Amino acid sequence: MADKTYREAINEAIRQEMRRDHRVIVMGEDNAGGMGAPGEDDAWGGVLGVTKGLMPEFGRERVLDTPISESAFVGAAIGAAATGLRPVAELMFVDFLGVCFDQIYNQAGKFRYMFGGKAVTPVVIRTMYGAGLRAASQHSQCLYPIFTHVPGLKVVIPSSPYEAKGLMTQAIRDDDPVIFFENKAQYDESGHVPDDAYTIPFGEANITREGDDVTIVAIGRMVNLANQVADELAKQGKKATVIDPRTTSPLDIDTILESVEETGRLVVVDEASPRCGMAADISAQVCEQAFKDLKAPIKTVTPPHTPVPFAPELEDAYIPSAPKIRAAVDEVLAA
Amino acid sequence: MQLSREQLLKSYWQMRTIREFEDRVHDEFAAGKIPGFVHLYAGEEASAVGVCTELEDRDYIASTHRGHGHCIAKGCDVGAMMKEIYGARDGLCGGKGGSMHIADLSKGMMGANGIVGGGPPLVCGAALTAKTLKTGGVAVAFVGDGGSNQGTTLESFNLASVWKLPAIFVVEDNGYAETTASGWSVGGSQVERAKAFGMPGVQVDGLDFFAVNAAAREAVERARNGDGPSLIHVKLHRYYGHFEGDAQSYRDDGETARLRKEFDALAFFRQRVTEAGLLEAAELDEIDRQVAGIIDEAVAGAEGAPRATEADLLTDVYVSY
Repeated sequence: MADKTYREAINEAIRQEMRRDHRVIVMGEDNAGGMGAPGEDDAWGGVLGVTKGLMPEFGRERVLDTPISESAFVGAAIGAAATGLRPVAELMFVDFLGVCFDQIYNQAGKFRYMFGGKAVTPVVIRTMYGAGLRAASQHSQCLYPIFTHVPGLKVVIPSSPYEAKGLMTQAIRDDDPVIFFENKAQYDESGHVPDDAYTIPFGEANITREGDDVTIVAIGRMVNLANQVADELAKQGKKATVIDPRTTSPLDIDTILESVEETGRLVVVDEASPRCGMAADISAQVCEQAFKDLKAPIKTVTPPHTPVPFAPELEDAYIPSAPKIRAAVDEVLAA
Repeated sequence: MQLSREQLLKSYWQMRTIREFEDRVHDEFAAGKIPGFVHLYAGEEASAVGVCTELEDRDYIASTHRGHGHCIAKGCDVGAMMKEIYGARDGLCGGKGGSMHIADLSKGMMGANGIVGGGPPLVCGAALTAKTLKTGGVAVAFVGDGGSNQGTTLESFNLASVWKLPAIFVVEDNGYAETTASGWSVGGSQVERAKAFGMPGVQVDGLDFFAVNAAAREAVERARNGDGPSLIHVKLHRYYGHFEGDAQSYRDDGETARLRKEFDALAFFRQRVTEAGLLEAAELDEIDRQVAGIIDEAVAGAEGAPRATEADLLTDVYVSY
C-alpha cells in the first residue's frame, strides 16, 4: 500500500477497470488533450490531469477527446451505455450541467423506469465541484443535491484518496447511471490507497470518528474539516461521531439515525447551498424519524444562500470552515 | 428498385399497420379509453418504413414524441405497444412509459422521447458503441422540424461528423412544430445545414416510400462502410394535430381532409407496385384485411389487460439501490 493522491487514485481506478473490461471507455473535453493539434499528444489528460496517461495505454479509440459540446457527448455516453459500452464521461465542472442536464436527468435517469425495467445504463459522469480556488460563481458550485433529487441517478462524493479509488471502481462496475463528484481542491491530497482494485459499496456510510456526545455528518471535502473538529473536541474530553455518507443517493440514513439515537445531538455540514440541499434533507429525515432522540435542535453548517464569490476574503467567508463547524457543535452541546 | 418481393410486402404491411394503429388510437382516445398525451404518426408512414427497411437487428433508432410509427417499423410488438398506450401492466414498458416513452431496446428501438431533440445525442452514443465494438451496426435519429432547431441536434451533427460515426439523421418535416410553421422556424435549409457540418444531406418526398428508401440505403451503406454520418430531410404531412385533442385552428380549413386524398403514402405505394407489376392489388387488399384484424385484437387485448398496480410503483428505478 502506497501513498497516492486523490488524482492518482481516480486515475488508477479507471485504468484498472479499462484493463479489466474492454467496454470501459473514457470521453470528455481534453481528456487526452491536443487532438488534432500540432504539439504533444496526451497534452493535458483532462484539465487537471486526472486522465493523464490513459490515452497512451488505451489509444484514441478508448480515450476520446470531444468538442466543447456537453449535450452531445454526455448524451452520447448515455446512449453508448444503453447499447453496450461502459463509458466514463467527464463533465469538466459540474457548473456546466446547465448545458447537458436534459440528457442526464430526463434520459439516463429515467430509461430504466420508463422502459419497464428493461434498460441498463452503466454510465459514469465524472465532474469537479467545490469552492476554494478563487474560481468564482460558475466554476465553484457543489450542485450534487440537484442530482440527488432525481430518481434513477446515483450520486457519489468521495472524501479522500482511498474513498475515491474504491468508489470509482464501484461506479464503473455499477449498472446504474452514476454521477461522481471530485473536489478540485483535493486532487493533490495524499493518503493510503491499495494498489489492487477494490470497491466500496454505495449507500454504506463511513464512520470516520466515534463518540457519543454529538454526531457530525459531513460530505466530501467537509469530512476532513469535521474530523479536525472532532480531534480538537477529543482533546477537551468531548467525543464526536463523524459520518461520511459517501453517497447521497443512495443515502445511508440508518447509520445517521443510529448515531443520533446514541448522541441525541446532530450537526450537518454541507458545502452545497442551504435551500433544498443535503443538510436540509438529512435534517428533515432525522426530524421525521428520530425526533424523540434529539436532545437539542439540529444545526446545519452551510454557505449562505448566495452564488460563490470571487474575492478571496468573500470566498473564505462563504465556505464552511472548521471554526464554523466547531461553533455549531458547541452550540448543540450547550443546548 | 432493389427491394425483394418479400421486402415490398413487409413494407406495405408495416405502413398499413402504422396507419391502422394510429387511426384506431385516435378513435379510442376520442372515446376516452386512453390516458395521457398521444401524438399520432398517420400520414408519415413512408419515412419510418422507408428508412427502417434498410436496418437490421444490430442497428438502433431513437424516435421522437411521435414515436408509434418508428416502433412498428423497427419491429416492436404491436399488441404490447397498444397495451403500453393503455397503461397495462404487461405493456411493452410495463405501463410505466406510455405513448411518449415507448421503447424496446431488444429490437434496437431506444425510445420515443418526450424531449424534443432528446434523441440525437443518444444515437451518437449507439453509433459509438457500434464503432467501438465493431458490430457493423448503424444508428438512426428521427427528429422533427421542431427538433431540428434544438442545440442537441446541431451538436450531434457536429459530434457525429467529428467522430465519423455510423449515424443517420432523419429530419421528418411535417410542416409544423406544434402550431408553428417550419417555413418560419427553420433558418436556412436542412440540406445546407448537413453540408455545413461536413456530411451529405438530401431532401426527399415523404409521399414516396421508394425515394425515402433509396436515400436511406445510400446513407446506411455509407455509415456501414465507415464513411460517417448523413442527413435525410423528409418532407411530409401529419393527418392529425400535434397531439390528440389539438383543434388545429392554425391549419387551413379542409387541410387534413385534402392531405388524406392528396398525400397518402399507402395509396402511392399501391399504385407504384401494382402498375409496375411487382405486387397484385389482391395481395395488398389481403394485407389490409389482416392488419385490420390484428389492430382489432390489439385494442381488445389492451382493453382487457390487467392494469399496473401500486405494487409496481417502486420497481425498475435502479438495477440495485
